[in-house]
Amino acid sequence: MKKLREMEFDGLIVGGGGAGLRAAMQLSQSGYRTAVLSKVFPTRSHTVSAQGGITCAIGSEDPDDDWRWHMYDTVKGSDYIGDQEAIEYMCNVGPQVVYELEHMGLPFSRTETGRIYQRPFGGQSKDFGKGGQASRTCAAEDRTGHALLHTLYQANLKAETTFLSEWFAADLVKNQDGVIVGVVAICVETGEIVFVKSKVTVLATGGAGRIYASTTNALTNTGDGVAMALRSGVPIQDIEMWQFHPTGIHGMGILVTEGSRGEGGYLINCEGERFMERYAPTAKDLASRDVVSRSMVIEINEGRGCGPDKDHVYLKLDHLGIDVLDARLPGIMELCKTYALVDPAIEPIPVVPTCHYMMGGIATQINGQAVTQDTAGNDCPVQGLYAVGEVACVSVHGANRLGGNSLLDLVVFGRAAGIHIQDVLRQGVSYREPSSSDLEHAMERIQRWENSESGENPADVRADLQRLMQDSFSVFRTEEKMRGALSQLAEMRKRVEHAHLTDKTEVFNTARVEALELDNLLEVAEATAVAAEGRRESRGAHARVDYEERDDENWLCHSLYFSQDRSLRKRAVNFNPTIVDPFEPVARVY
Amino acid sequence: MRVSIFRFVPGMDAKPRMQDYEFELPRDRDLMVLDVLEQLKAHDSSISYRRSCREGVCGSDGMNMNGKNGLACKTPVSEVAKRDRLELRPLPGLPVIRDLVVDMSQFYRQYERVEPYLNNDSPPPAQERLQSQEERAKLDGLYECILCACCTTSCPSFWWNPDKFLGPAALLQSYRFLADSRDTATEERLAKLDDPYSVFRCRGVMNCVNSCPKDLNPTRAINQIRTLLVKSGT
Repeated sequence: MKKLREMEFDGLIVGGGGAGLRAAMQLSQSGYRTAVLSKVFPTRSHTVSAQGGITCAIGSEDPDDDWRWHMYDTVKGSDYIGDQEAIEYMCNVGPQVVYELEHMGLPFSRTETGRIYQRPFGGQSKDFGKGGQASRTCAAEDRTGHALLHTLYQANLKAETTFLSEWFAADLVKNQDGVIVGVVAICVETGEIVFVKSKVTVLATGGAGRIYASTTNALTNTGDGVAMALRSGVPIQDIEMWQFHPTGIHGMGILVTEGSRGEGGYLINCEGERFMERYAPTAKDLASRDVVSRSMVIEINEGRGCGPDKDHVYLKLDHLGIDVLDARLPGIMELCKTYALVDPAIEPIPVVPTCHYMMGGIATQINGQAVTQDTAGNDCPVQGLYAVGEVACVSVHGANRLGGNSLLDLVVFGRAAGIHIQDVLRQGVSYREPSSSDLEHAMERIQRWENSESGENPADVRADLQRLMQDSFSVFRTEEKMRGALSQLAEMRKRVEHAHLTDKTEVFNTARVEALELDNLLEVAEATAVAAEGRRESRGAHARVDYEERDDENWLCHSLYFSQDRSLRKRAVNFNPTIVDPFEPVARVY
Repeated sequence: MRVSIFRFVPGMDAKPRMQDYEFELPRDRDLMVLDVLEQLKAHDSSISYRRSCREGVCGSDGMNMNGKNGLACKTPVSEVAKRDRLELRPLPGLPVIRDLVVDMSQFYRQYERVEPYLNNDSPPPAQERLQSQEERAKLDGLYECILCACCTTSCPSFWWNPDKFLGPAALLQSYRFLADSRDTATEERLAKLDDPYSVFRCRGVMNCVNSCPKDLNPTRAINQIRTLLVKSGT
C-alpha cells in the first residue's frame, strides 16, 4: 500500500454540528491544535434543523424554576434508564452553558423584561410533577438550532479552529494497544485519502435517522460515528431506542416543532376530537413524545385517522391567530406552506409519527470518554476516543428524549468533553504509532468499494433497507416482524458486500460517499434489530406488542450491542446523582 | 420532461457539457427539483451536487434552475420548468469543482472578512445580557441567512469584483452584527468597510432580493450600512 499523507492535531473532532463545534471551540480557545473534520460545511449540519429550543431552568418565565424539576422530568421522560448523575450534571450546569451561548451572540427571542424567551414543551413540569406545566425551553423563534449552529461556527472562526470541511471519515485508526489515534479520511473535493492523526478523537457525527424510509433527519444522517465505533470494537448502547416525533408532515417527514403544541396547538382525529385528553388527561398534547406518538398510531389503527386513507391525524394551529403564528412559529409557517401546501393559519396540518432521534449511541462517561465493557462486565474507558451529541449515549435521554433536551445535551457535553480533553492534553498524551496493517484495516472498506467490478446498485439496497426498518422497527414492534427482519438483514449484508460502485473518479465523488454511508446504515440497522429483538419489555420509545409492560426486574438497565459476535449484553443504569437524592422508578403517567 | 444537467467531471471531461435525462413527472403532485435530482442520481450515480436537510434550512443545494438561482429542495419543478424542460446549472460566478458543485472558498472568505461574531469586550454578566424586544427585532431578517450563496452569485457587482466587493451575503451578516445592541465594535466594523469597493460597489440591482430563498433583503441591509458609513464620516 502506498504510504498515506499524514496530518496531525492535538484534538480531532469528527462532525461539525452543535456538539462538535462546542467541543472544538473549548479546545481551540485553550490553544491546542484543533481540527473539525466534517462531511458537510459545518453550518449544513443537522443541528441547523432543530426548531423549538433548548430546555433549561434559567428562570426567565418562572423565577422560581429549579433545575431539579428539570432533572425530575428528564429522568421520568427517560423511563428511568437515563443515567441520573449525567442528567443531574446536564440540568445543573445547563443555565451557565446557555448564558455562554447568549454571550457569544445567539439571537434568542426575548421577554418584555429583555430576558431569554422560554416556551412550554412536552414532558415539562413544575415542582417534581406536582405543579403543572412548566415553560422551560429557551427559543430563538422556531429556528433555535439554526441560530445555535451559526453562533457556534462563528465562535470557532473567532477561536481560529482548523476546518476540514467536506472530508469524509471512513474509519477510526486503532493501534496495537487498542488506542484510537485518529481517522482515515477522504477529502471529497480531491479524492485524496489522508491519515488524520490526533492525540484524541471526538466523534460528533450525529444520528442515523436515514435507516428509516420516513424521517425528519437530513439525508446526511447516516450513523457514520456509530458504525465506525462498532467496526473498531466499541459497543453501542440502547440502540433499540428510536424516537418517533409525533408531528412529521405526512408524506414528507419534515418536522413540525413540539413548540407548536407548546404555543397552544393540539392534535385532532377524523371526528375532530382532541384525543390526547383521553390518553394523557393532565399533560394532554404535551405528554412525552413516545406517549403522544403511540396514541396517534392507536387512533389511526382504530379507524379514526384523517384523509382519504385515514393514515394521519391533524395538528390544529389556526385558533392561535396569525399574529402568534408569525411571531413565534415563522419557520413552521414557511415549511407548511412550501411542503404540505397548507396554511396553518387557516387549515390543520396533516401529521404522522416520524423517526426523529437516536437515543442510543456510544456509551460515554460525563467527560465524553467512550466506554466499553470487559468480559467480567466492568466499565472500561476506550483510550483516545470520545463521543458527544446524538452519536453518544451518556445517557441523559434513556428510553425517550424530552423535547429541547437535545440541543442542551450537545452544548453541555460538547463543552464537558472540551474541558476534560484540555486537562488530558496538558498532562501529556503519548501513544505508539499505528502500524501499516493498522492503517490498512481502516482502509478496508474504501478498498472494497474501489475494487468492486460488478453487482447491485447501492441505491437499490439502501431503499430496501430503509423500507425494512420502517416496516419492522417503528412505533409498535412485534417479535415475528423483528425476527423476520433479522434474517433479511443478513441477506442485505451480503448484498451490500457485493454491491458495485460504478463511479471511481477522484473529484467530488458523492457516489463514493453514499456507498460508504450505506455500509454505516447497515451497521446501525443490524444493531437496532438485535437490540430491539433482545429487549423483551416495553419502555419509553420501545413498545412491544408481545411484551406490553415495563419489566424493571429484568430490564431496568442499558443494552450494549457488540458487532463482532452480534451479541447483546446488559449494563447498569447510574442511580447515583451527587447532589440530590436519586429518583426511584415509578409508573409513568402524564 | 427533459432535464438538462451541466456536467463536468475532472479527469473525464475535457470541457463542460450538458447532459439530457428523460424524467417522468407524477401526474398527481408536484416535486421539488431536489426530488428529481435524487431520483436521477439513483440511476446515474455520477451526477454530483450538494444536499443535506432537504427542507430549505442548511443551504447546501443552491443552484441555477432555468436561469434562476435558488435551493433545489424548496423549489417546485412547476415553478421553474418551462415547456417541459428543466435546465440545471451550478451557481454562476464561482469556479466549478464538478457538475453542480462550485468552489465556495471565495464566498466563505468574504463572510469571514466581516468578522461574523459578536464583539463585546466588557465582562459578561452572570446571566444573559439583556436585550429589549425592540432591539431583538432589529435582527429579524438578518440572522436567518443560511449561507447558500444564491444572492451573492446572482450579483453583477460580485461577478465584476469578487475579490473587493463583499457581496450581499457577507454584507447582510455584517449588518446583523452592526444592528445587534450587544455588539460594541461598531466603529471598528465600519472602519473596515470604509473603502470604495467593500460596500459601495453595490449598484442596487436587487438580484439578491429576488434570489434569496429565505425572503431576506440584503439590499436594505447594505443601504443601512451605507447610511451608517456616511454618518460616521461626517
